[in-house]
Order: sequence, then structure tokens, then C-alpha cells
Amino acid sequence: MNSKLFLDQEKIGEARTLAAAIADEVAAFIVDKTTVAIERTVLRLLSLDGVDADGVPLPNVVVDHIHERGQLHRGVARYVINAMLQTGLGIQAIGEAVAAGELDLRATPLRPDRDIFARGEEEAQVALARIKRNREARDRFLGRLGEGPQPYLYVIVATGNIYEDVVQARAAARQGADIIAVIRSTGQSLIDYVPYGATTEGFGGTYATQENFRIMRAALDEVGEEIGRYIRLCNYCSGLCMPEIAAMGALERLDVMLNDALYGILFRDINMQRTLIDQNFSRMINSYAGVIINTGEDNYLTTADAVEAAHTVLASQFVNEQLALRSGLPAAQMGLGHAFEMDPALEDGFLFEWAQALMAREIFPEAPLKYMPPTKHMTGNIFRGHVQDALFNLVGAATGQGIQLLGMMTEAIHTPLIHDRQLAIESARYIFNNARHLRDELEFRQDGKMVRRAGQVLGEALSLLREIAAKGLFRALGEGQFADVRRSFTGGKGLHGVVVRADDYYNPIETALRSGLGLSPLAAQGMQNEEAGEHA
Amino acid sequence: MRDLRRIRPYGDTADDGMVQISFSLPVPYGEEAKEAARQFVAKMGLLEPQVTHAADLGEDMTFFVVYGRATQEIDYTTIKVPKVESPIMNFYEINQFIRERIGRKIVVLGACTGTDAHTVGIDAIMNMKGYAGEYGLERYPEIAAYNLGSQVVNEELVKKALELKADAILVSQVVTQKDVHIPNLGELVELLEAQGMRKRIILVCGGPRLGHELALELGYDAGFGPGTLAPEVASFIVHEMVKRTVD
Repeated sequence: MNSKLFLDQEKIGEARTLAAAIADEVAAFIVDKTTVAIERTVLRLLSLDGVDADGVPLPNVVVDHIHERGQLHRGVARYVINAMLQTGLGIQAIGEAVAAGELDLRATPLRPDRDIFARGEEEAQVALARIKRNREARDRFLGRLGEGPQPYLYVIVATGNIYEDVVQARAAARQGADIIAVIRSTGQSLIDYVPYGATTEGFGGTYATQENFRIMRAALDEVGEEIGRYIRLCNYCSGLCMPEIAAMGALERLDVMLNDALYGILFRDINMQRTLIDQNFSRMINSYAGVIINTGEDNYLTTADAVEAAHTVLASQFVNEQLALRSGLPAAQMGLGHAFEMDPALEDGFLFEWAQALMAREIFPEAPLKYMPPTKHMTGNIFRGHVQDALFNLVGAATGQGIQLLGMMTEAIHTPLIHDRQLAIESARYIFNNARHLRDELEFRQDGKMVRRAGQVLGEALSLLREIAAKGLFRALGEGQFADVRRSFTGGKGLHGVVVRADDYYNPIETALRSGLGLSPLAAQGMQNEEAGEHA
Repeated sequence: MRDLRRIRPYGDTADDGMVQISFSLPVPYGEEAKEAARQFVAKMGLLEPQVTHAADLGEDMTFFVVYGRATQEIDYTTIKVPKVESPIMNFYEINQFIRERIGRKIVVLGACTGTDAHTVGIDAIMNMKGYAGEYGLERYPEIAAYNLGSQVVNEELVKKALELKADAILVSQVVTQKDVHIPNLGELVELLEAQGMRKRIILVCGGPRLGHELALELGYDAGFGPGTLAPEVASFIVHEMVKRTVD
């Protein structure tokens, strides 16, 4: 590969090999585990929805029902599918009967495994077909309407009220936005269920619910038709409900989803075991749905220094890439995150930012990199802030970023006002258009500051990966290798939701997904071994 | 000579009253929209409003930039703003002050509480590396600083304060909606009072929408706005600790 930054290809290769070893160790840890969130996801994909009389989502009711009876390690699907066979009811009626206390899934006699597996496979294929239809619908929209050129212009809406969000999102689309992200209400990542229905109250954002997804999807499709451009919709998986929200996104044709266990561990204090297990399943769903994931490395630089900690971003991107590959996620769907967060007072800071952004581009050539704007050094001086965002946009254009999350001049003051977004989009379009082919025109001095900076960051990332590979990702997180934040193996939220799988654990969605994504089947799984059920 | 009893905005000539405003109106873009903006600014009391920019935001919304001349005056000589009064020392002076005047390490807890997930403020004060060239409290040898991070519930914070025998608690509130930070800050004061801990603890809040005056109203000992650095906060804490032992 022809590197404008003269990056050492051998070092890049070694970094990938180390990251692969790190990811393999994680994969080996999670392979025999499931979580309450994964089991709820299975139910959602088998078409269970709705809430009980107290407003508790039925997937939670049914999973808790099985968990209380000590059977979650065998997989919730076994009991639900069995009940469908025994009663002739659909999954929704089963869920409602459980919620009403009229049906005990554990007390229902179990049909032979082969009957359950046959029905489970049928149901799983129906679920996957539904997701596939959404993927095809997106392709048709893109074929017919087209889309804006990269970097995609990504803006957020965050009113707390989905109907108000719709007005702002449609306005942003008309102004030129390519991706609309609906920021979640703060705290949602820490609740162990997904709220239900359309919501009009939130704090700093709007709850991610399946109905809210549906409302925004319809609004963006409508405005997309009018302006002749497909508008992508983004929401957030990270948190205690990673796979469930990924499933809802797959069912409602979201296009981009934040999906990063490391972010949850470091910044939301979610237990590392829980969220890495959840992440693996959620990324399989994202992958199958054709969703571009966004990872959260950019956040490291909001707590750690952007110059000193640049290599931690790169090291984490290598690890995230390998973890994603193990979930069957192709490079074209990996929106690895990084950011423009250096102190504006730094001499030649712009050169360093440019070097790092181009470095990421060269190392991950097929990934639609997600480039985050300045936040840490935004001050409330909106006029200077607009200039900081302009420099950020220039680097985005000059280095061919995939997704440019537009900075707002009012960052650090309030969630964006409707015209903050318009000014940000106007400025980005001006710069992207005005400097569209800048990247093709430039080469860099081999002995210059930018080449030196990129080489240094790569070298430091390699050393860090060697350290992490030696001690394992879990211990590295415990020692504060990323973002200066330390997290323990058993600390944080959600560990109680982790369950070690029984030998006859059964999950038809996982089996179908692995097969659909071309991943090797899991050896310990019931579907692969007719006799497993009988031995147990 | 400037007459400080009659102050009005300065554009490029004394007393011209020049003000720039930008805002959006929920009306479709066009001449009527510009006229609506002009009339709106006139009603705000600004003379000769000039709409210098109007942009179509879509969804029947229009954005404006407007200039006008203000006629109102402010008497600067009567203005009083409550401020944190303690003198600001530097990193070395603060540590020395603690050694000499307090004689033990002091314990400071920091947290971003309630639903707020934005730790930039508390991190700027607490983190080892600090912000804008000033070390954070974690770097101070005479301060045991604990940053509890984001979305800490008040009960948890009080529990930690008991457990770690905190001398001071710093609460950050950055992004909140519908002013939820006000009851959230008030709740912490009530919890500390219920535990009988309020008088023993120096309670400080900070954030873009908090100042010293509001902090005092809410029952805090001090409030710091945006741009505050660690030495200002630490200076206040150590002076206040010494003052309380003297009192």
C-alpha cells in the first residue's frame, strides 16, 4: 500500500496480529456464556413485544420467569418454543399468559429436543427474513434515491420528545444532513430493560424505544423522498441492553448504531464481562442488518490528553476491529471512532490532528471511520467554537473520513438549537465542497512533523498492544490502560445478568445468525448435537 | 469620560447601544419572515433593527441575524455579585497550607450526579492531568481525591462520603434538561442534613449554569462557573476548613 505518511506496514501487521490474539482470548471467555439481555433479545426477535400491567416489557417478564426457575442457562427459547408447541399459541399470547400468571413455562412438559429445534429453526428463519427485508429495502432506497458523498454529515437531535425530534430531524435533512442520530435520555444505558412506546419526556435526549425508532424512520423516509436522498438513522446500543436495542434497530431499519462495550465499561461503569458478552451478540445482529457500527474511542480523549493518549485510541481501534470480525461484521460496517480533541492553544496541533486522522484512514482503509468534533476544549465562546469546528471539518475533508459528526458552536452550553445545526451543516458543506479533492493533491515530507507524529503514535500503539496481549484485555482495563479509567472484572453494573451456559444451551437465533454470517457454529450448542439434549 | 452610572453596549462608538442577536422564528422563509423578525426585535426595545441574514431552516422555520441599538442603561456602580472570597493559592501553596494549617491529608469526593453523564467539568477539576495547564486534585500530595464519575445517585454519594470520611464534596452538573439539576442539588443537601453530616462537610457545586449566588441559595458553601480551575476550588476548601475550626 502506498502510504502518504510512510507508515511501517510491518508494524501495522504486528499490531493486527496482537489485537487478534487479544480478541481471541475475549471470544474464548464469552463463548460459554449468555446474559439476560441476550435472552430477551432472542424473544424480541421471535416477535415478543409489549408490556405487562405494570409496564414491564414482556421479554423481561418471560426471561425473569425462566431465570427465577433456575433454567436460563439452558436458553429461554427452549421453554418458549416448547410452550408454543404444547399450547398452539403464538409467542405474544405465551408472553401475556406468563405475565398474567396463567402459564408456568417450567411446569409445561418438554417436547423432545428435535421437535423444539425444528420449530425454533423455523421461527429463527422468519426473524432473519424480516431483518433481511429491511436490508433490501435500504438497498432499494439507496439505489433509487442515492445518498450524499462521504464524509456523511451526522447531526444529533436531543429534545426528549420524539415528535419534536421529528421536526428537528426533518429540518436537518433538508439542510443537508446525511445521518440523524437521536440522542438517548441520559441514564438509559444503565437500565436493564428497554422502555416501551412513543415517549415525550427525557433528560438530555429521547428514550430509545422501538416505537420511537419507527416514528423517526417513517419521518426520515418521507423527507428523503421529498429531497431525493436517503437519510440514515442512528441510535445507541451501548449499555445494559446492547443486543436488544440492536434487534430493535434491525427490525425498524436503523442504519448506524453506536456499539462499543469498551465505552460502556469505561464511561458508564458497566461490568466488563456482561457487556463484552452482550456486544458479541449485538454486533452479529448489526452485521446481519447491514448496520454501520460506531465505536467510542473518541471518548478516551475527553478524559485523557489528546496528544499523550492518541495511541490508546489506535490500539483500541485495532482491538475493536478484531472483536467485530469475530461477530461477522465486515470492515465496510466498522465506523471506528476517533476525535479532534487537542488543546487549540497547542502549536502545530492542527498538523498533529491531520496526521492522526490520515493515519487512521490509511490503517483502516475500508472502514467508514467516525470522526468526532472538539468537545473538551469548547468554551461557550461560540465564535471561536465555530472556527474550531471549521478546522475539524477541513481535516475530515482532507483525510477522507467516513462519518463526520458535526460539531456545534454551542457545545458545552446546551443541546443544539435548531439553527446551531443549520450553521454547522452549512459550514461543513462549504468546507467539504471547497476542499473535496485536497487529499489527492497533497503528499507529505518524509522527514516532516506529520509523518513523524503518525509514526510515533503507531509505535506507541504497538507497544501498548504488546502489553495488553501479555496480560489480557480484562486486566488491562483493570489497570486503567484506556482513558485513565480503571475498572474491575467483577465491578460495575450488570454482572448479575451473566449466566454460564449449560451443555444443552439452546439459542436458535444465534445458530441462524452464525450460519447467515458465515461464522463457524458453536460446538457446545444443542442444534449441532442431536444427542446433547438427551444427555442433559 | 465614561459615566459608570449609565452604561449601555458599545459597538464602535460610545453609547451607540449596538447589539447583535440571532434566533429562529417558526414561520416560513420569506419577506414576511424578515419583517416578523424586525418587528420582534423592535418589540424587545431595540431601535433601528436590521435583519442582516435570514436562512430557510426547512419545516417552516427561519433563522435570523439582527442588529439593533439598545437604549436601556445600567448603573454599574450599584452592582454587587456574591463571590467566593478566599484568596487563590497555587498548587505548592495549597499543599503547604494543608501541611501547616490542617496537619493531615484532606479527603475530597467529586461526582457528576443524577442523570448527568457529562464529566468534563468534574474531570477538569479532579483528574491527575488537570485542565488548561493546572493539575487536578488527584495530583495534590495532600489531597486524597476520589472522582466517582457520572450519574452518581445522591444516596450513593452520601454513603461514599461517610465511608471515606470526606472533608469536601464537589458536585458537577453540566447537561441537564428542564432544570432538573436544581432539585437534584437540593436533594443532596437534604440527605446530608438528615445524616447530620451537612455541617462537617464542605459542599461545593459547579457547572455552566451554576454560580456562587445560586449555590448559596441551594444550601451549598460555594458555587463555581465554567472556566474554574482546580486551585480556585482547592483554595476555597482549605480556607473554609481552617475557618470552621477557628469558628
